[in-house]
Amino acid sequence: MEILLTAVPLLPLASAAALLLYGRHMGQSLVTGLGVGSIGLAALTVLAIALQWQDATGPVTVLLWQWFSIGNFSVDLALRLDQLSLIWLCTITGIGFLIHLYSSEYMGNDDNYSRYFAYLNLFVAAMLLLVLGDSMLLLFLGWEGVGLCSYLLIGFWYGDSANGAAARKAFVVTRAGDAAMALGLFLLVAEFNTLNIQEVILAASASWQSGEPLATLACLLIFTGAVGKSAQLPLQTWLPDAMAGPTPVSALIHAATMVTAGIYLVARLNGLFVLAPDVLFGIAAVGVATALMAACAALAQHDIKRILAYSTISQLGYMFLALGVQAWDAGVFHMMTHAFFKALLFLAAGAVIECLHHEQDIRKMGGLRTHLPVPFWSFLIGSAALAALPATAGFASKDLILLRAWEVTGSGIWLWSVAAIAAMITALYSFKLVFVVFFGELKTEATHQPGWRMALPLTLLCGLSIVGGWISLPLAEVLPLAANDPAHGTIAIVSAAIPIVGVALAYFLFFGGQLNVTGLVESSAGRWTAQYWLRGWGMDRLYDRLLVQPYASLAQWWRGEPMDRVVALIMGSAVAIHEQLSASQSGRLGRYVAVLSAGLIVMLTLMLLRATP
Amino acid sequence: MTLTLFLFYLAAAIALSSTVLALTRANAAHALIFLIVSLLAIAVLFFFLGAPFAAALEIVIYAGAIMVLFVFVVMMLNLSEGSREQERAMLDFSNWWLPGLLTAVLLVELLYVLTAIESETSVRAVMPKEVGLSLFGPYVLGVELASMLLLAGLVGAYHLGHRFLQRDRGRRD
Amino acid sequence: MGAEMVPVEHVLVLAGLLFVIGLFGLMLRRNIIFMLMALEVMLNSAALAFIAAGARWGQADGQVIFMFILAIAAAEVSVGLGLVLQMRRQLQSLDMNDAVRLRG
Repeated sequence: MEILLTAVPLLPLASAAALLLYGRHMGQSLVTGLGVGSIGLAALTVLAIALQWQDATGPVTVLLWQWFSIGNFSVDLALRLDQLSLIWLCTITGIGFLIHLYSSEYMGNDDNYSRYFAYLNLFVAAMLLLVLGDSMLLLFLGWEGVGLCSYLLIGFWYGDSANGAAARKAFVVTRAGDAAMALGLFLLVAEFNTLNIQEVILAASASWQSGEPLATLACLLIFTGAVGKSAQLPLQTWLPDAMAGPTPVSALIHAATMVTAGIYLVARLNGLFVLAPDVLFGIAAVGVATALMAACAALAQHDIKRILAYSTISQLGYMFLALGVQAWDAGVFHMMTHAFFKALLFLAAGAVIECLHHEQDIRKMGGLRTHLPVPFWSFLIGSAALAALPATAGFASKDLILLRAWEVTGSGIWLWSVAAIAAMITALYSFKLVFVVFFGELKTEATHQPGWRMALPLTLLCGLSIVGGWISLPLAEVLPLAANDPAHGTIAIVSAAIPIVGVALAYFLFFGGQLNVTGLVESSAGRWTAQYWLRGWGMDRLYDRLLVQPYASLAQWWRGEPMDRVVALIMGSAVAIHEQLSASQSGRLGRYVAVLSAGLIVMLTLMLLRATP
Repeated sequence: MTLTLFLFYLAAAIALSSTVLALTRANAAHALIFLIVSLLAIAVLFFFLGAPFAAALEIVIYAGAIMVLFVFVVMMLNLSEGSREQERAMLDFSNWWLPGLLTAVLLVELLYVLTAIESETSVRAVMPKEVGLSLFGPYVLGVELASMLLLAGLVGAYHLGHRFLQRDRGRRD
Repeated sequence: MGAEMVPVEHVLVLAGLLFVIGLFGLMLRRNIIFMLMALEVMLNSAALAFIAAGARWGQADGQVIFMFILAIAAAEVSVGLGLVLQMRRQLQSLDMNDAVRLRG
């Protein structure tokens, strides 16, 4: 068991190392075999672990070695397996394998094939370390690793400087969150002298009361890290721009795995977060606000990948809402189903983009239903799951969240209402996408069909998006019981009906044309709102004005070498004094005598003043 | 006031006035004559102070050799006319306000210092014999040094004047 | 002469006055001959002060110093006038404001 567990992150890591060092000298098939095969092997290993672990009881810890010890603070490099990390392991390796397979065809003609797979494998290794880490420091190592790989992969086609800028933006924004998270870790170390997750939770529950200020501060800081990595308000601006990377990257990193790291963090540290109920409420509020905001923004986008990016942000908001109202299992469940259908949507979008010769604007697409059948069905099923139509996986998880939210005392109604509006808008934009791209008249021709390596993952994910709702996750032992039971009765029916309403609205607006809101949309208010939402609620411009431009002008001012000027000032004053003094050497004897006499007078005066008290 | 005292103050007045006149003439020859008068008046003062040897030396060497040297040079360089610009420069206020200020301040301080002592003691005349004994006694080293100084002055004067008298007859120095 | 009632401090005051007048002339005049003359006046005033001091204490030292001052003045004048000749030859003028090459 220990060997299997160690092998899981080790396989992708070894493959990444080999590809980084020798990738350029390998043939394409060898690279594919190494890159895809390592993840496939890891997935099989996880399967073996899952089967084997059914017999054993309790979490498994594998101590690799002691990382370091300073004084009486030490950190071990240890991997810990329990139900929570097992779920993430399955998701990462399973969906990861499908996406790797898909990539082998999508990136088949790219010159940097081996580099791509090296980075992708490195990413998977880092993500596995993140979820398997026994100590928060190892988690943080994985955290930073996935951040690095995200940067490398977003800016994969670095020849275009816009991609590099997007990569930098992603890195810097998540960095802000990471810095706060590091501060939170420091606080925990200062308080408990350990970063081992289990020890910290035990010590915290023992010494901190609920609502303790230190607990609130630590949880707030750690949550800020999650906000950055999972692209919630106010650190969500990087995710839409991260779509500059290859589409499989967007599917893997920015839909299914990396952005869920924040969810994992909060879920893993639930023992800590229950000691700070204010932070939990904040998490719910941030989550639901983000969900609504991102949904509106997705409605106004024209780029197919940006729609899906905002959709991801919105769905992550739902997951945080779940965690905030202490519906832990609902949040994790939604994470898993979201991974299924969002990866499906992204891969299908990738197929559409590729087959349309890299066209990404949906206004230039249409009527592809008959021309691209596999992507069409993938999109249909994926959007249905996204909109949480009944009988899909999305329905099971999102409905659970909505109903649990309703039951929260006091603010439950507000949380539910905002979430419900966002759900309707979700249905609206997802089916707008379907109707615009796949129905109507053909605008751009499809050049070819997706091959089996792209079609197979799509088909498998379609299946998972439908039946995934029936998977029951064994989370009872690792997550506390939900605070409330899901509501029943009228509200359940309303929650289920909302997405149907949304789909109907989309049908009448974009398919049949029966509902004509052109007047509303074309009005100045409508146009302004559309622009505002298109630009992501103006947050990019806000950050630009608030942070980027002052920093840029500061850097520009610093280019004038102000420190040099200070030193030059010293030099200049020395030269000025020199010129003044040398001007006094006029060579005129009369002046010299006058100065002499003046000096004589001064000396005499001083002597006289000293002599006469 | 005794006669001696009166003559003493008279000599002092002459010394002062002729010095002032000496330094404010435009004509160099006139100035020199006034200066010689001043030196003679000071020699008289020396007499009254009981230093006859010093008085004699003042007249013979100071007025009789050094001033004559001045006269020689003035005559040689034909400076005795003086010039209009020099006179005007002297009278111009912007030229003499600073010297005047500085010297006035210095004068005030000197007077303050010098009048601090209270002595109406009598002076004792010191005869040349005493001076001679002193010169060959404690101050013999000073005498030797003074003679070396004069030697240096001699050599320097000769060297500097020699070139002038050559009137560069094709000889480069 | 003999022991006389000559107020020594008045002599010192006179010496101070003469010194100051010499200084004034030194600063005022631009012609080098007059500046040398002013220097002579100043030396003379110092000599007067020494003689007065020697008379007050009844020692020969005052006159001895006077003789040294005399030697100094002689040497200085001879070299100084030699320089005046050179200056006249090279600069064709005896104005101090023309001899400013040693500056800045």
